[in-house]
Amino acid sequence: MLTNLKRIVVVVGHYGSGKTNFSVNLAVDLKAAGRDVILVDLDIVNPYFRSADFGALLEEKGIGLIAPVYARSNLDVPALDGRLDAVIESDKTLVIDVGGDDAGAAALGRYSAMIREAGGCDVLYVVNAYRYLTRTSEEAAEILGEIERKARLEVTAVVNNSNLADITTADDIVSSAGYAEETARRYGIPVLCTTAWKKLAAGVGEKLPGREIYPVDIYVKKPWEV
Amino acid sequence: MSSTQKMLMKGNEALAEAAIQAGCHHFFGYPITPQTEVAAYMAKKMPKIGGTYMQAESEIAAINMVYGAASAGVRAMTSSSSPGISLKSEGISYLAGSDLPCLIVNVQRGSPGLGGIQPSQADYWQATRAPGHGDLHVLVFAPSSIQEMVDMVFDAFDLADCYRMPAMILADGMLGQMMEPISFPEKQVKTYDKSGWSTSGHQHKRAHHIVNSLYLQPEELEAKILERFQRYEEVKAKHTRCEEYLMEDAEYVVVAYGATSRIVRSSVNSAREKGIKVGLIRPLTLWPYPYAPIEKAAERGAKAFLSVEMSMGQMVDDVRIAVNGRAPVSFFGRTGGVIPTPAEVLSEIEKMAGGDR
Repeated sequence: MLTNLKRIVVVVGHYGSGKTNFSVNLAVDLKAAGRDVILVDLDIVNPYFRSADFGALLEEKGIGLIAPVYARSNLDVPALDGRLDAVIESDKTLVIDVGGDDAGAAALGRYSAMIREAGGCDVLYVVNAYRYLTRTSEEAAEILGEIERKARLEVTAVVNNSNLADITTADDIVSSAGYAEETARRYGIPVLCTTAWKKLAAGVGEKLPGREIYPVDIYVKKPWEV
Repeated sequence: MSSTQKMLMKGNEALAEAAIQAGCHHFFGYPITPQTEVAAYMAKKMPKIGGTYMQAESEIAAINMVYGAASAGVRAMTSSSSPGISLKSEGISYLAGSDLPCLIVNVQRGSPGLGGIQPSQADYWQATRAPGHGDLHVLVFAPSSIQEMVDMVFDAFDLADCYRMPAMILADGMLGQMMEPISFPEKQVKTYDKSGWSTSGHQHKRAHHIVNSLYLQPEELEAKILERFQRYEEVKAKHTRCEEYLMEDAEYVVVAYGATSRIVRSSVNSAREKGIKVGLIRPLTLWPYPYAPIEKAAERGAKAFLSVEMSMGQMVDDVRIAVNGRAPVSFFGRTGGVIPTPAEVLSEIEKMAGGDR
């Protein structure tokens, strides 16, 4: 899965679908696979639980971070960072973690022409069947359409990130496979992978033969889970 | 209930959905981080269910719209974050002075002034001592999980209607922004007969009702306040809530509420592993405050008490009132939007047990 990803990988989705946790995992794994990776926090909507929170981890792993100038500060200003323009045209691998829904995708729209000129990108739409307001493939597909219009980029694949936080079971993930496939089918695109918390991945894999299972660590944590 | 019937919701969304399910179809708000999703959710959902969502021109306008809607006898709500609650304080006083039920949500952020946008609990004094001017109380609920927040929204509307007083959910930015798996209770919405006082139209069939907080004679106003305070006594007797954790044999007691109590619980577990007999008292209502379980622990001979808050020490005043000099009461907190870590709190518990506090 990782080897087939384009140089620029854009991660979009509904608020709280798990874009940030997926993006951090992807950045870490692409780096481990030998790529020169920069994680881009493009979320100008939500000041909490964002990629910019993982500066120390990324630095330790040798992954670059580009985040809005005022991310993690008390200034709730949607100011983007000019460094992104420069790296889009570089040879670095970019994982771009976009803000939720179409509101978040608006920031991406500003870069769409540039990204196309630089050779295009994978746009991954993260879905969670247990997330309120995207519990059916119909609802998930509707939000996908809204995001595409604002992003001015087409979604290329669905990432099934269905989970119920710390109470997720392998069966919860397995039973969400059809939902993700139906969401993807509505747009004629593939399901890139189904994510599973590393300790659940083997169990999920057994019950979903032939599907790409992407084992993930949980990086996005609450203060009492640290 | 199997986990598949649950869903992941952000605290702010859950607050809004719970309110709608509790029969609140009238929301008046104004955006402010970190509670904006409450208003955003209401804006999307209210038109679909025939309810009212109004983005007011200010927080002051929003609370006065609640005043109007509550006068007409419907379940009404507003939400904001710390600076916005200060703006609403005049309206809250008028609501209390007019014996009107409503729900006010405060998703607290760093302060004073404009402060910051990260979580805080520095509005404890405001919520419990002076949510507005005058002799008044509002019911104050302090959830520590999204599920509890949902359940408390139902309770808050019910008690507000029952006792004809405003209720507040005192949350914080962490609770508002984080996601947890939840389910909505399958409850019938309780309805309270408001026909005896609400200004819902007399159709020339009865004398008109007056909803008002102005009384021309001091004695009349005093009588009104005394009657209200009798109701407050009933609320105190019947609806004070708190949770005790590992308190049976506790020699040391930590008191914490809201998101902070989740951190403290984790620290209490670590301290227990180190052999420190420490327990947690977690108030679920901040007004009325659960003095009794703290008093009981002090009477039983607990050696020391520690209040942990995301503030410079506000609830610690109530812990001191309850302990009443029987044991040392100390405070630990982080403020300005900084969240204490489980390790920091553990270190404070160790200090307390070592006699350094």
